[in-house]
Amino acid sequence: MKTYDVAIIGAGVVGTSIARELARYRLDIALLEKEEDLAFGVSKSNSGIIHPGTQNPPDSLKGKLCVQGNFLIRKISKELGVDFKEVGELIVAFNEGDARELLRLKKEAGLLGVTGLRIVDREWLRKNEPNLNSEAVCSLYAPTAGIISPYRFVYDLAENAVKNGVEVFTKTKVTNINRLDGYFEIGASSGVFKSRYLVNAAGLFADEISAMLGVNNFKIKPRKGEEFILDKKKTDLARHLIFPLPSRISKGVLIIKTADGNPMIGPTAEDVEDKEDFSTSDIGLNRVLTSARRLIPSINDRDIIAYFAGLRPVAGSDFIIRHEEKSPGFVNVAGIQSPGLTASPAIALLVAGILKDNGLALKKKLIFHGHRNKTIHLFAAPASKTRRLIKKDHAYGDIVCRCEMVSAKEIRDAVKRGARTMDGVKFRTRAQAGRCHGSFCTTRIMKILAEETRMPLTEITKRGKGSEIVKGSSR
Amino acid sequence: MIKRDLVIVGGGPAGMAAAVSAYENGVKDILLLERDQYLGGILNQCVHTGFGINYFKEILTGPEYADRFIEKVKNIPEIEVSLKSIVVGLARDKAVTFLKPGRLEAIKAKAIIMATGCREKTREMVHIQGTRPAGIFSAGLAQKFINIEGLLPGKEILVVGSGDIGLIMARRFTLEGAKVQAIVEIQKETRGLLRNMVQCAEDFGIPVYFNHKISRIYGKDRVEKVSVLRVDDNFNEIPGSLFEIKCDTVLMSVGLIPENELIEMAGIRIEENKTSVPGIFMCGNCFKIYDLVDRVTEDSFLAGKLAAEYLK
Repeated sequence: MKTYDVAIIGAGVVGTSIARELARYRLDIALLEKEEDLAFGVSKSNSGIIHPGTQNPPDSLKGKLCVQGNFLIRKISKELGVDFKEVGELIVAFNEGDARELLRLKKEAGLLGVTGLRIVDREWLRKNEPNLNSEAVCSLYAPTAGIISPYRFVYDLAENAVKNGVEVFTKTKVTNINRLDGYFEIGASSGVFKSRYLVNAAGLFADEISAMLGVNNFKIKPRKGEEFILDKKKTDLARHLIFPLPSRISKGVLIIKTADGNPMIGPTAEDVEDKEDFSTSDIGLNRVLTSARRLIPSINDRDIIAYFAGLRPVAGSDFIIRHEEKSPGFVNVAGIQSPGLTASPAIALLVAGILKDNGLALKKKLIFHGHRNKTIHLFAAPASKTRRLIKKDHAYGDIVCRCEMVSAKEIRDAVKRGARTMDGVKFRTRAQAGRCHGSFCTTRIMKILAEETRMPLTEITKRGKGSEIVKGSSR
Repeated sequence: MIKRDLVIVGGGPAGMAAAVSAYENGVKDILLLERDQYLGGILNQCVHTGFGINYFKEILTGPEYADRFIEKVKNIPEIEVSLKSIVVGLARDKAVTFLKPGRLEAIKAKAIIMATGCREKTREMVHIQGTRPAGIFSAGLAQKFINIEGLLPGKEILVVGSGDIGLIMARRFTLEGAKVQAIVEIQKETRGLLRNMVQCAEDFGIPVYFNHKISRIYGKDRVEKVSVLRVDDNFNEIPGSLFEIKCDTVLMSVGLIPENELIEMAGIRIEENKTSVPGIFMCGNCFKIYDLVDRVTEDSFLAGKLAAEYLK
C-alpha cells in the first residue's frame, strides 16, 4: 500500500487550499472527502464574501489570516480563473453611538493592516448606495471587500491541485485512525490509507476526527445560519456588501452581493446541537427580513427564490490551527468559521509552515502548473463573447437552464470536470438555481449526467446515495 | 441587423394561435421562436383529455390539441419556425436577441407578440420551511417525468395545493400505482376546476384537506414527512391542530406565475390587453393565467389580429 506524505481530511475550501498549496512541493498528497462531491459541507453554504478584516480583534489569528488572505486571494483567483470582484463593504451606523463604534472598528482594522478605510457620510451614502435606509447617519467603508463563488473556488482549487498530482477520494468517510510507527493508518469507508502527516480540515466533524487520535482539546459547536436568495432581476439592490454593526457572536444580517448576481440576505446565527440540521424556519425568515429591511427597506419577500441553512463550525472564538504534540505529525485546522473563506489561502501557507517545522521536507517541484483556464459561464459573458463561443461550439447555444442561462455545453463540461450529482452540477454551473428551481431543466440535466457518466437515470441523485431523484420507471 | 415584420416569442398554444391569426389578418413575414425542441409548449406533457371542448367542440388530449395548430403553422410558409431558440434580450425599440445551437441572432422587429407562458410557483415562493431533500417537485415537473420521460418520481405522494395540475397528477400517480397520501389546500375550496376535483381526487378516494397548510418538510436526503396545520379562512394557524403525514414526495401545485421577465427587464409595463410600448403585444399565460387552453386560443387570435392591424 502506498504511503502518502500528507493526507488531508475534508475537501472544503480549507482542505483544498492546503492541498493546492502543498502540491507545489515534491509530495504525495491524498485529499479525503466523505461526501459524493467536494464543497458539500460547510463551504457550500458560505456567503462568498472576501472580508477586508474589519470585524476581528487585532490580536486574533482570524484577523491576521483574513487580512493576509484578502491579499492572497486576488492572485490565486487570477491563476485559477475564478471571478473575484472587489465590491467594497459598508458597515452602517444609525446613530451617534453607532458612529463612535465605527471609529473603534476602523482603528482596530487599521492595526491589522486593512487599507483604504474611511467613514462616509449621509451624502456619500445617498449617492453611492441609493437603496440604503435614509436613516443611516454614516458608514465605515472598506473598499477591499470582495465577492467570489465559494464552491466554484473550491472546485477550481481542487482541479488545479489534481493537475499537480494531488489524489482526491470522494465518498471516503474516515472512521478510525491509528498512529503507528512513523505513519498514520486511516480507516475509511472506501478503504485504508497510510500517510506520514495528517491534516484535519473536517469542518463540523473536526473534533470527532481529532478524538480518533486521542486529541480531545476542543469541541465543535454548530452555529446555524439561514440565508435567503433573491431573484437575479434584483441584482442592483445594493452596490456594496452592507453590514450592520457586528454583535458578539456574528456579523449580523447582511445584504450580500454574490458572484452569481443574485442578492442574498442573511445569515441568522443560532447555536444548535445537530451537525446535520440544515432546516430553515419561519422564525429565521422573519428575523432576516426584519433585519435586512432595516438596511434596505424596499426588500420584498416575493423576490425570494431560494433559501438554505448552513452550519458554522465554531470552536471557541478563534481559529484552531496547530500541530498536536500529543500525536506528532497531526495538524488540526478547526473552528474555521467566518472569515474562513477569505483566510483559506493564508491558512494553507500557515499549515505548510507548521508541517515544515515538524519535519516535512518542502522541496519545490521543477514545474508547478499554477494556471488554470477559466471556466466559461454564459451568464457572465458579454454578447460578443457568447456569439464567438456559440460559433466555436454549437452546444453553447443550446440553453438547458432558461432562468440562469446555462447551456448544454457548460453542463456537459461540469460533469466532465467531476460533477456526479444534480447539486454538483448546480454549484458548478447555476443550472436549477434560478427562479423556477429546476422545474423546466431537471430532466434534461439528468439525461446529460446519465449520458456522460453511464449511470442509469434512476441512480441520479441530488447530492449522493439516498437522495435519488426518482423512484423507478413509470408503467 | 436582420429586419422582420412580426416576431412571436413562444410556440405554445398562444404563440401558434397568434401566428396563425396574424397571417390570416395579412401579415406575411412572421418569425415564431420556440425555446424547446418542439412546438406545443406544455400541452405536450398533458396526455389527459379535456382539451378543445369549447374551441373544437371535441374532447382532445393536450398533444392532439397542439397538433392541430402545429399542422396549421406548418402549412403556412409565411410563418418561419425556429426551434431551440431562446430569447435572451428584448428592448423597447423591438430589438430581439436570441440564442440557438450554433447561433446568436439579433433581429429588429416591426411588431412583437410575447407568448412566453408561465411557470409554477415553487415551495420557496410560498415560504415552506424545513429541509431541502430530494423529492420536492412542481406538479408540472412530475408530469414531465411520468408522461415524457417514463420515470416515476415518487411512491408516497403529498400534493400541496389543489391547482389543476396537482389534481391531475394526483390521479396520474394513483394510476401509476403510487399512493397519494393527501391533497393539502390552504384555501377553503379548490383552486382548480370542479370537474378535476371530482374526477381526479374524489373518484379515487384521495383525502383532501381544505383550510390546511404544510408547515414544514422533513427528511435529510429524501423527503420523509411533512407537518400540517389547520388554518382559519384568513390563513391564521389554529393552535393545537398540528399533525404529520408520511410521504417520500411533495408535489407543489400552488399556482402559476406569468413568465414575463423579458418584458419586465426591458422596463415595459403591462396594460390592459397590451403593453406600454406600441407594437409589443402579449397573449396566453404570460399575460394572465388561464384555466382552459381554448380561451388562450381565442384571446391569442385577438393578439395576432391587433398586431396585424398595427403593422398596416
